[in-house]
Amino acid sequence: MNQQLTAKNFTTDQEVRWCPGCGDYAIVNAMRKTLAQIGTDPSDVAFVSGIGCAARFPYYIDSYGFHTVHGRAPAVASGLKLANPELDVWVVGGDGDFLSIGGNHLFHALRRNIDLNLLLLNNAIYGLTKGQYSPTSPPGTRSPSTPAGSVDRPANAVLFALGAGARFIARSADTLPNHLPEVLTRAHAHKGASLVEILQNCIVYNDGVWGGMADKTTTQELSIRVTHGEPMVYGKENDKGLVIDFETGTVSLIVESDGPVAERATVYDETSWVMANAVARMEGQDVPTAIGVIYCDPAEDYITSLREKIPFHQMNKSDLKDLLYAGGTWTKGA
Amino acid sequence: MNIQAPQAAPDHTQTGRMVVRFAGDSGDGVQILGSEFAKSSALNGHDLITFPDFPAEIRAPVGTTFGVSAYQIQFGGPLVLTHGDEVDVLIAFNPAALKTNLHSLRIGGLLIIDEGAFTKRNFKKAGYEGDPLEDEALGKYQLLKIDITARTHEAVDAMGASKKQGDRAKNFWALGLVFWMFGRDRKETLDWIKSKFAKAEEVVAANSGALNAGHAYGETMEIGADLAARPQQADMPAGTYRAITGLDAMSLGLAAAATCSGMKIAYCSYPITPATGLLHGLAKFQAKGVITFQAEDEIAAVAAAIGASFGGALGTTGSSGPGIALKAEAMGLAVAAELPLIVVNVQRAGPSTGLPTKAEQSDLLMAMYGRHGEAPCAILAPATPAECFQVMIDAAEIALKYMTPVIVLADGYIANAAEPWKIPDVDSLPDLSPNFRTDPEGFHPFQRDEKTLARAWAIPGTPGLQHRIGGIERGANDGHISYEPENHQDMTNFRAEKIARIADDRPAITPDRGNTSGKLGIVGWGSTFGAINGAVNELIKAGEDVAHIHVRQMSPLPNGFEDLLRSYDQILVPEMNMGQLVKLVRAEYLIDAKGLNQVTGKPFKVGKIKDAALEMLGAAK
Repeated sequence: MNQQLTAKNFTTDQEVRWCPGCGDYAIVNAMRKTLAQIGTDPSDVAFVSGIGCAARFPYYIDSYGFHTVHGRAPAVASGLKLANPELDVWVVGGDGDFLSIGGNHLFHALRRNIDLNLLLLNNAIYGLTKGQYSPTSPPGTRSPSTPAGSVDRPANAVLFALGAGARFIARSADTLPNHLPEVLTRAHAHKGASLVEILQNCIVYNDGVWGGMADKTTTQELSIRVTHGEPMVYGKENDKGLVIDFETGTVSLIVESDGPVAERATVYDETSWVMANAVARMEGQDVPTAIGVIYCDPAEDYITSLREKIPFHQMNKSDLKDLLYAGGTWTKGA
Repeated sequence: MNIQAPQAAPDHTQTGRMVVRFAGDSGDGVQILGSEFAKSSALNGHDLITFPDFPAEIRAPVGTTFGVSAYQIQFGGPLVLTHGDEVDVLIAFNPAALKTNLHSLRIGGLLIIDEGAFTKRNFKKAGYEGDPLEDEALGKYQLLKIDITARTHEAVDAMGASKKQGDRAKNFWALGLVFWMFGRDRKETLDWIKSKFAKAEEVVAANSGALNAGHAYGETMEIGADLAARPQQADMPAGTYRAITGLDAMSLGLAAAATCSGMKIAYCSYPITPATGLLHGLAKFQAKGVITFQAEDEIAAVAAAIGASFGGALGTTGSSGPGIALKAEAMGLAVAAELPLIVVNVQRAGPSTGLPTKAEQSDLLMAMYGRHGEAPCAILAPATPAECFQVMIDAAEIALKYMTPVIVLADGYIANAAEPWKIPDVDSLPDLSPNFRTDPEGFHPFQRDEKTLARAWAIPGTPGLQHRIGGIERGANDGHISYEPENHQDMTNFRAEKIARIADDRPAITPDRGNTSGKLGIVGWGSTFGAINGAVNELIKAGEDVAHIHVRQMSPLPNGFEDLLRSYDQILVPEMNMGQLVKLVRAEYLIDAKGLNQVTGKPFKVGKIKDAALEMLGAAK
C-alpha cells in the first residue's frame, strides 16, 4: 500500500449496537488504530467471532468477517488459516465464548500454535443473555442464575493459556487506549497463536468489576506493566516493586522506603515461563495485576511446521491418474 | 473330494458364483487374508463383493465368540450384487469362529477348520460343552480338518521364524490353500508381502513361506480341485478395473474433486468408527490437492471445514452418527452463511454408541431434519462402494455451484465392502472450477445467481470485496444483519428453493431393474442396492412383474420420482432402519408405501426381500 491507512479504512458503515458506555467501543477503536498502523490491506484481514457481545466485533471492522456459532470461533479460524495461511486472522470472543463453551477450542488453537491473534474480551459476566455469572466471575457474584452469590472458583485466562502451551500471552484493558494498541501490535507481530486478554467493563451487568486497576486514576497503583528486560517497578512515583521468589514461585512487594526498588526488583524476562506463571497469579489484594506482554517465547507455528513436513501442491491430472491406477489393476478387453 | 450340488432351496449364489467366508480371532489376520483373496479374485477377472464383519473390540480375549472377526466374499460372474446370502466355503480358525459363523454355511457346503485350535480350552472359551466336531449336526456339511497351526510351523520354523511369527503366519497358509483351491496365482500376494513387511525380512520370509506351504498342501492333497471351474468370469464393460472399498473410493473422489476444481480441499475430521478410514486415506495423499486436519472434536472438525470454505477452500468433514449429531449446529451455520461444505456420514447402528462396527441406515431423517430452524441441505447416497467415487465429485459440484452443505450418506457396509471399479478417464471428469466473485461493482454477499440462487462468493484476500457473513439472518437485498419479518420469510424461501432447484440439474430417476410400471416397485437407497437388485433379478426371472427403483439423491428427491412411484400398484421400501425413506415417500406424496425394516447390524439377504415381495404380490392376487 502506498497510501497510509487510517482507522477510518477499517471502519464499516454499520451502526454499532453495543450499550452506551460499553468497554467494547474503546477496544474496537484501539483495534482500528492498530490495524491502520500495521498497514495490512483490509482485504487481507479477517475477523472471526463466536457468540456474545464481543462477537459483534467483525461488523464494525472493515475486513472480511465471519460471525459464527458460540464457542467455535478458534476452530473456524483454524480452518480459515488452513485454506489461506497468508491472511491476518483475528479471533474475538468473550469470557463465556472462549473459556466456557469454547474452552476446548481455545486450548487446542493455543497448543497447536496456529498463527491466530485471539482477543479475549473479559468482562466476567454473560452480557448478551442478561447478566449471568461467567467462568471468570469472582466467587460471590450475584446474578440472575446465582441469586445467593456464585461459589465456583474463577478461571484465570493467562494461567489457562500458559497451561495450554501458548507462546504469546498478553493482558491489557479497555481503559488503556495507549497500552492496548501496543499489546495488539506485539500480538500481531508474533507468528503463532497470540492470546490477548482484554479486561473490559460491562456497564450494565458488571460495572466496575476490574475495580481501580482499570481506572485511569488508580491504574498505576494497582497494576504493573511488565516489560521485558526491565525491573518490575510500578506506582505513580515508581516507588513500588516486585520480587519473584524462584523457590516458591511467589511474588512479594517491596517499597522504596526500604531502599531503591529499581535495584532490588526482579528484572522481567518475557521468555520465562516461570515468571509468567508468577505474575499471572497476581490477582489484586496486596499485589498489583500484571498487564503487558506477560509471555512471549516464539516457537514454529502449526502451518510452517506442517509445510516443512509436507508442502502443499495442487493435484494435477497426472497425479490423479497415478492415484486412481495404484493398488493392482486389471484390464478387460472389449 | 467332491462338493455336493446345492441342496437347500434358497441358494442365491447360483452356479456361476462362490461365497467364501474366513472367520477367526481378531488377531488372526482374517481381514488381511480376506482382502488379499478379494484382490486376487478381481485380478482373475471375477466380479465380487466383500463383507468385512469385524467386532468393535481391537483385540478381544483370544478364543472368545465376541472376538471373532470374519470376512466374506462372493465372487464369479456374470454379475455379483451382494456378498451372498449363504456361504459355500467356510474357513474357521477356532471353535468360537465355528460357533458364530456355522449358521451362514449352506447345507452341503465345505467347512475347513484349523484342528490345532480345537482344544478343550478353546471349546470352553467358545462356550461349547464338548468337541463340536463330534456333533452330528456337522454331518450336513463337508468337514475338512487340517492342523493349520502345526502345518504353518512346520513350514516356517525351518526358516528360523520365531514361535510368534509362525503363529501369525497361519492366515497366509490358509490363503495359500484357497489360492490352490481356486487356481490362483500367488505372485501378486508375494509381491505385496514383500512391500508391506519390507522393514522385517524375517516376516516376509515367514509369510511367504506359509503361503507357499498352504498352496503346496492343497496341491498334494488335491483339496477342492473341482471348485476352480465353478466361478465364472465377470461380464463387465471393457476397461481397466481395480477392487475398491467405499472409503477408498470416497478418498479418491475427493482427490478428483480437488483436481477438477483446482481448489484446495480441506478434510477436517475427528476419529470415529467406521468413518476414520476416510481420514487415513486422505492423509496418505500427502497434501496433494487435499489437506487433512485432525481436529480436537467433531464440532471443531466441521467448524474448521466451514472456516476453510470461508477462506476459499472446499471444506469437508466426515463422521458417523454420534459425530454428525454434534456437528448439527455448525451445519446450520453453513446453511445460513450459504457456504459450500461436504459432510460424509458413514452411518452405523445407533442410538448412542450402538453397534459401532455394524451398518444401519437410520440417519436419513437426521440428515433431512436434524438441524434447528428450517435448514435444508442437499443429500446424496451412494448405492455401492464403487459409486462412492462419483458421489464425492457430485457432492463437490453441488456444494460449489449452489453454495450449500451437501451430506453424503454412506454406511459401514458400503465403507468397508469392496467391489471392482472401472477406473474413469481423468479427462472425462467435469470441470468444477469455482465461480469466485472479484468484481466490486454493486457487490453484496447475498446477491443471487438467477438460475441456481447461489449467493456471490468473494473470498478473503479479494481486494475491495470485504464483507461480513454469519449465523444471524441476512438482508436479501444488502447482506447486512436483518431482523425484518418479511425478509426472514424470503430468505427461508430462497434457501429451500435453492435446494429444490438442484433436482433440475440432475438426472431424473429411472428403475435400476425392471419396467417403469407394474405390480410392485421396490424402492431402496444406499447399501441395500445389491440385495434389492438381486431379489428383483430373481423375481423377474421367475416371471413376476417387479421393478427396482434406487434413490441416490435423498434431498432434493429426484425429478420424476412421484410419477414413477405412482406407476406401480404397490410400493415396498426395504431399509436398514425402522422406516425412514418410507415415511418421506408417504409424507411427500401420500402414497401408501409399505416398509420392510431390519436393524440387526447385518445387511439384508436377497431371500428376505424376495419373500416380502412375493407376499405382497400374493396378497394382491
